[in-house]
Amino acid sequence: MRSLADIERAIDAIDPAGDATAAARDLLTLGEEVLGNWLHARDMVPTDETREGFRLLALHRQGTKGDPSFNACRETCRELAYYYNLLTMQRGLSATTDRVAMMKMICSHLHLFVGGKMQVAALGDFCCSSRPLRQADMDNPMTKEA
Amino acid sequence: MTTENTKYKKVAYYPGCALEGTGHAYNRSTKAVGKALGLDLVEVKNWNCCGAMEVKNIDPKIQTYLSSRVMSVAANEMNMDVVMAPCNGCYHNLKKAEYDMANDRESVEVVDRLSKKAGHKTYESGQVETIHALDWIKEAIGEDGLKERVKNSLAGIKVANYYGCMYTRPRHIFPEKDQGPGSESTSSPHFMDDLLAAAGAENVEFPLKTACCGGAHTLSDSDTSTKLVLNILRAAKLAGADVIATECPTCHSGLEMHQIRAEKKFGEKIDIKILYFTQLLGMALGLKALKVGVHENISDSIRYLKEKGFA
Repeated sequence: MRSLADIERAIDAIDPAGDATAAARDLLTLGEEVLGNWLHARDMVPTDETREGFRLLALHRQGTKGDPSFNACRETCRELAYYYNLLTMQRGLSATTDRVAMMKMICSHLHLFVGGKMQVAALGDFCCSSRPLRQADMDNPMTKEA
Repeated sequence: MTTENTKYKKVAYYPGCALEGTGHAYNRSTKAVGKALGLDLVEVKNWNCCGAMEVKNIDPKIQTYLSSRVMSVAANEMNMDVVMAPCNGCYHNLKKAEYDMANDRESVEVVDRLSKKAGHKTYESGQVETIHALDWIKEAIGEDGLKERVKNSLAGIKVANYYGCMYTRPRHIFPEKDQGPGSESTSSPHFMDDLLAAAGAENVEFPLKTACCGGAHTLSDSDTSTKLVLNILRAAKLAGADVIATECPTCHSGLEMHQIRAEKKFGEKIDIKILYFTQLLGMALGLKALKVGVHENISDSIRYLKEKGFA
């Protein structure tokens, strides 16, 4: 599995004007590797199972266990799967180059979010899990003595 | 939604702190749109902070109390049964408080203790319904009602609708969503798309409409936020949008500020306008750009709007 830095370079290197099916496959694999990095960092073995036909979605679900803030990238993963379907299953699709370019951006967003979250673990905690950022400091006297 | 629901024609309005500061244009445009549509906004008396990020970070039960006080005032002191919060953060926190008051015994005990100490009635789950500004217009007026009232169609304006995170996540605090046709979707929200389309705008396909912008870390980890926002701006531009429509003051100011920061820090300028959906709707209803606070935005959209015949 490639490092996040290598993944970033690989995403950048994909040519939207090239073979759309191959690009879609590569970007889906890169998305899986991004999630694999997240799981490895948490001492988890990335699953080979699939969810709704996608290993990417199974990996995302695995990544949210014990950390609901990881749901911040749930829709990004689902959009990546959707664009994969668009590019690989719809023959004669118009604006293919733009769609590959968009799939690159979706994959980049997943990479940026996961990369950011590996540096700042609390990314997504406040909003997407509705959890306080410093849960460890939760023994607050205000509510106890109220 | 094609019917007008009278329940939402008069609601308690909870602007929250952002709409009195960085999001003042959202406050101005929300009120202007309400007036133009004949809807009645009654500001919650002596409202307080919803708990936002700061209080929630220290103790989420204090946040639950603060949000429940807003709902208690609306229900018990104003006899209102709907609270409308245009800010995603406020909306999210009130919904979370509602969920906690219905499902968490400890939260109920803490809120009861603090409410008695503060000298007001304890909020009881279900006393009010909290809605977002999108629900408000969708329910009170509906797309058909909006179409009938449009004086200056948004035709020719290509919009990427950005909902951000707190409008749909976490799913469990929004039990009314994902209920089939007519309801909002947490995975692919569409209420803003629906309303702006009814006003004539052309919505582009925008896959990052709920993607993380790093908003909560905009000051503590600015580079991550800037990169996330830059990617959102690039994607909107690639999708063919001229405008990103927002429905949250935190998202809005984050997109605007990081658009500028991205140019300074990474040398990449993405020329896309960022406007509140209420500003766009207001102009479609015939209001002048100044009336909906376009001049209060950080990014300058005036020239673009003049070209389109709106300013």
